[in-house]
Amino acid sequence: MTDAAPGGQERSDPGSVVQPRALLTDMIRVRRMEEKCAEMYSAGKIRGFLHLYVGEEAVAAGSLRVLGADDGVIATYREHAHALLRGIPMTKIMAEMFGKQEGCSGGRGGSMHLFDASRRFYGGNAIVAAGLPLAAGLAFADKQLGRNRVSACYFGEGATAEGAFHETMNMAELWQLPVLFCCENNRYAMGTSIDRELSQVDLVAKAEAYRVPAASADGMDVLDSHAAMQTAVEHIRSHGGPYFLEFRTYRFRPHSMFDPELYRDKAEVAEWRDEHDPIRTFTDRCLEQGWLTAQDVSAIQAAVATEVDDAVAYAEAGTPESVDTLTRDVMTPVSP
Amino acid sequence: MKTTYRNAVHDAIADAMRADDRVVLLGEDVGRYGGTYAVSKGMLGEFGPDRIRDTPISELGFVGIGVGAALGGLRPVVEIMTVNFSLLALDQIVNTAAALRHMSNGQFSVPVVIRMATGAGRQLAAQHSHSLENWYAHIPGITVLAPATVADAYGMVRTALTNPDPVVIVEHVGLYNLSADVEAFAPTDISRAALRRNGTDATIIAYGGCVPKALDAADQLAQAGIECDVIDLRVLRPLDDATIMASVAKTHRVVVVDEAWHTGSLAGEISARIVEQAFYELDAPIARVCTAEVPIPYAKHLEEAALPQPDKIVAAARGLFGDREDGTR
Repeated sequence: MTDAAPGGQERSDPGSVVQPRALLTDMIRVRRMEEKCAEMYSAGKIRGFLHLYVGEEAVAAGSLRVLGADDGVIATYREHAHALLRGIPMTKIMAEMFGKQEGCSGGRGGSMHLFDASRRFYGGNAIVAAGLPLAAGLAFADKQLGRNRVSACYFGEGATAEGAFHETMNMAELWQLPVLFCCENNRYAMGTSIDRELSQVDLVAKAEAYRVPAASADGMDVLDSHAAMQTAVEHIRSHGGPYFLEFRTYRFRPHSMFDPELYRDKAEVAEWRDEHDPIRTFTDRCLEQGWLTAQDVSAIQAAVATEVDDAVAYAEAGTPESVDTLTRDVMTPVSP
Repeated sequence: MKTTYRNAVHDAIADAMRADDRVVLLGEDVGRYGGTYAVSKGMLGEFGPDRIRDTPISELGFVGIGVGAALGGLRPVVEIMTVNFSLLALDQIVNTAAALRHMSNGQFSVPVVIRMATGAGRQLAAQHSHSLENWYAHIPGITVLAPATVADAYGMVRTALTNPDPVVIVEHVGLYNLSADVEAFAPTDISRAALRRNGTDATIIAYGGCVPKALDAADQLAQAGIECDVIDLRVLRPLDDATIMASVAKTHRVVVVDEAWHTGSLAGEISARIVEQAFYELDAPIARVCTAEVPIPYAKHLEEAALPQPDKIVAAARGLFGDREDGTR
């Protein structure tokens, strides 16, 4: 995937042509990886909780490549896509889910706790809204140390009901911290729909209540997500303070592998899949606009299939950590 | 140099801030107000509002920001007004700060220092007086310190700020006015408990605000001919088993004093360790002096009745020798 460019290259030139090939490739990589994860879960290779991103690919694909290598990223327990598009190799992600020491967290974190210090990817947090104060803290450090960086924090609309959300929004604005709040509004907090969980469903208004500049993007449209993210990041880099960006999206699959989906109609899910699939609609657009040919799309799909197969093979070949090192890294080793 | 526990904590933070630009102090009213217990009084003038950061009343939020700031390269000292309020921030301390290093396979350490006032004795009633430090001592991944002397009040902050992992420091409210002559402040060795008094007949184990009470009790016991070792645990996690077991092997009798409730207390953990590691050294059952199983009441006489007191420690120690309740042998 030579054109799966690392984030940041387009950021410095907001007027540059968005790379349709890269965006489509990113979305397909996420979709195929997630589908393979579900398959590996059914096969018993992956255990624990597994939260898949199918349907929401345009958000991560559109937004992450806007960030630079120096910026920080914190995500949730539905973070495979963010980890992958931040640059963690799919092999390392799959090995992590297989519980192998070759994984990006040594097999100790699993699906919900993917980490990579070298890419400033701070996880993978399984406590709803816990990432927000952490991201604000990273931003606080940057401000204190005079570094011009953005700390992006991904979370769902369900997190906006947590105290941590409100406390962090307040302090981020009060202290003008360069933190980007990326709210992935997929309309369900696990099984509770947004109108049943939030008194104020206008999330932009909620952010603006704290005087945090805010905007909304179509999270099913990778170009809109990308453009909105560029605006958000530019705002933070030029103004210094926080920004709230809502991505309106939809999760096609159950909350986790344990979710029987009793809370929503199959017809609703089918409608979103049929009408708003971000990959299909963007593929059609690429073909219509002449950005890509059918052969290009086939080539992307073939390359991704190989990448996924390689990831599974790598994970299968991985090794378990010895129980002798079970307690290593509870604390930092003290040099004698 | 005569100084107080309060000033020692102040000086430790101020010295650390002078030595390292990355050190910042965050908390409710640490700036203009000067700190609820006046620990940070005067710091705002020297270090400015960026480094002495008054926070909103958002314990979860500002502790989380402290954790994130530590990840981002700062050396934050986060002050929480009381251990009771720290419950609002437990998620960030337990689920993130303590777990992150292991969970990330050693990729991320969190060098945050979280200080909080703890303990009773000031008639602050049930929501400002509890001793919940054993909740933190239960958690792998954090170090828990309980300074009981003026020297440790200084030295533990300095040592904590060189620690690569999260440190919780519990400062007993009854100790802030404690005064002592300290020749020169220095970082504390936080790997060891300290023997504050040497005896041969019994061991009294205490920490934090109970150390002066244990020493008081030991004075009284000495007058009755019972000479006690008094161990100041200092470090509640990890516990210094070696110092405890060496004393038990010498005295064969133990009283554990803990301002927490009996149930699920550190006193219980210490008792279990002694039974596991030194059972055959014991000449009497281990005695515990803990807080009565009630929320701390406001009325002075009730509060005093609920807490460990020197007379209760004395009675417990005498009981190890088969004394009758009236104290005669």
